[in-house]
Amino acid sequence: MSIAAKANALWEYANPRKFLATSERVMPFFWVSSLACIVVGLVWGFFFTPDDYKQGSTVKIIYLHVPAALMAINCWLMMLATSLVWLVRRHHVSALAARAAAPVGIVMTLIALATGAIWGQPMWGTWWAWDPRLTSFLILFLFYLGYVALWEAIEDPDTAADLTSVLCLVGSVFAILSRYAVNFWNQGLHQGASVMRAAAVTGADTEEKVSNIYFYPLLLCIIGFVLLFIALVLYRTGTEIRARRVKALLARERVNG
Amino acid sequence: MIALLLRDLKLAFRAGGGFGLGLAFFLIVTVLVPFSVGPQSSLLSTIAPGVLWLGALLACLLSLDRLLALDWEDGSLDLLATAPLPLESVVTIKALAHWLTTGLPLVLAAPFLGVLLNLPVPGFFWLVVSLLIGTPAMSVIGTFGAALTVGLKRGGLLLSLLVLPLYVPTLIFGAEVARRGATGMETQTPLLMLAGITAATIALLPFASAAVLRINLR
Repeated sequence: MSIAAKANALWEYANPRKFLATSERVMPFFWVSSLACIVVGLVWGFFFTPDDYKQGSTVKIIYLHVPAALMAINCWLMMLATSLVWLVRRHHVSALAARAAAPVGIVMTLIALATGAIWGQPMWGTWWAWDPRLTSFLILFLFYLGYVALWEAIEDPDTAADLTSVLCLVGSVFAILSRYAVNFWNQGLHQGASVMRAAAVTGADTEEKVSNIYFYPLLLCIIGFVLLFIALVLYRTGTEIRARRVKALLARERVNG
Repeated sequence: MIALLLRDLKLAFRAGGGFGLGLAFFLIVTVLVPFSVGPQSSLLSTIAPGVLWLGALLACLLSLDRLLALDWEDGSLDLLATAPLPLESVVTIKALAHWLTTGLPLVLAAPFLGVLLNLPVPGFFWLVVSLLIGTPAMSVIGTFGAALTVGLKRGGLLLSLLVLPLYVPTLIFGAEVARRGATGMETQTPLLMLAGITAATIALLPFASAAVLRINLR
């Protein structure tokens, strides 16, 4: 099959029936493999890696913190992609997938913030600091809240899908803008932030900062979280599709009855 | 377009409340701050730029739900949508009218309220400049938020929830200009960033607002 044909084949999943059938077939694989990855990764990370010479056992919170933070951002990217697909090609499954992913993203953001605070208390001596990274995540959380609230507030499903999609696009631009603004703002406030960030083993500089002993279980946890995210989104999208079907059936009944 | 602008301005001045509300809110917030943080003039002069910026932002936010809701209720928004004027320019005019009736008075009032908060002397110029550049962005972003929530019964709270995260970059750079200006540091970088945000939002966001409004009027 050529690439173009393959790309065309992808659009077949815009058919809710086909999407449901396929997602139900692959979902057990995602559930089992994500569970296996997370369990093995966590057990390996928690019990079979040495304590850090400086941070002690608190370093092990990265096995939850980093994957959750990664998925919190990737979830928004996925919503951005599905929103674009909805706006351009009007596939309902796409809009419903964006809707289904948002609460998962909120939970991931909260996990990242909470584990960060629990780690920060003994390490930084504070639950919360206005570090650029922390602040960006708080702002991301607000974006998620607004997105979900808009979905809930609008009655007509197509209008809601349209409006939330535009909000997702505009919000993405502003979220990136905020990220840079926050970086700028905190440097302007106090120079000490760079020291704090060097101590915090988060984000893109993991490979340079985390030794391989910690890295392999961490990688396993990240893979596990990605698979878990896919499974959750497939599951929740299926629920959304069914909920909409029920609504359509009820409406038909009311018209006929 | 000019007729629409004049109509909006007249409505804002005559229809009571809309025009003075933001200013009164700004005044009250500024007056209440010393009561809550204490009267030490050194502390007040440190936080003055940030407080004034936040006050202006909240005052701006307060008036947003009236921006399109009144026209939606009496149906004139539908008329405007079917008028030969493109919806993009309608939205831009609405934002301009909002800025003239809310943003500009806030900018003019800010120096006087700065006196109350013991703003350092070099800060006055930068406060006015930063507000002058930043408030148009707040009006344009606010119009987008108002267009998103125009069809909703109780959209006010949702409007704040949607708009506040969008205000973050403007607030950061704007308050940074005012703060740096007040302490005599160089202000060029945040000022350019603020101006860039304002220019970009004015250029691009009306298209999003108009698209959203079309969806809501469908």
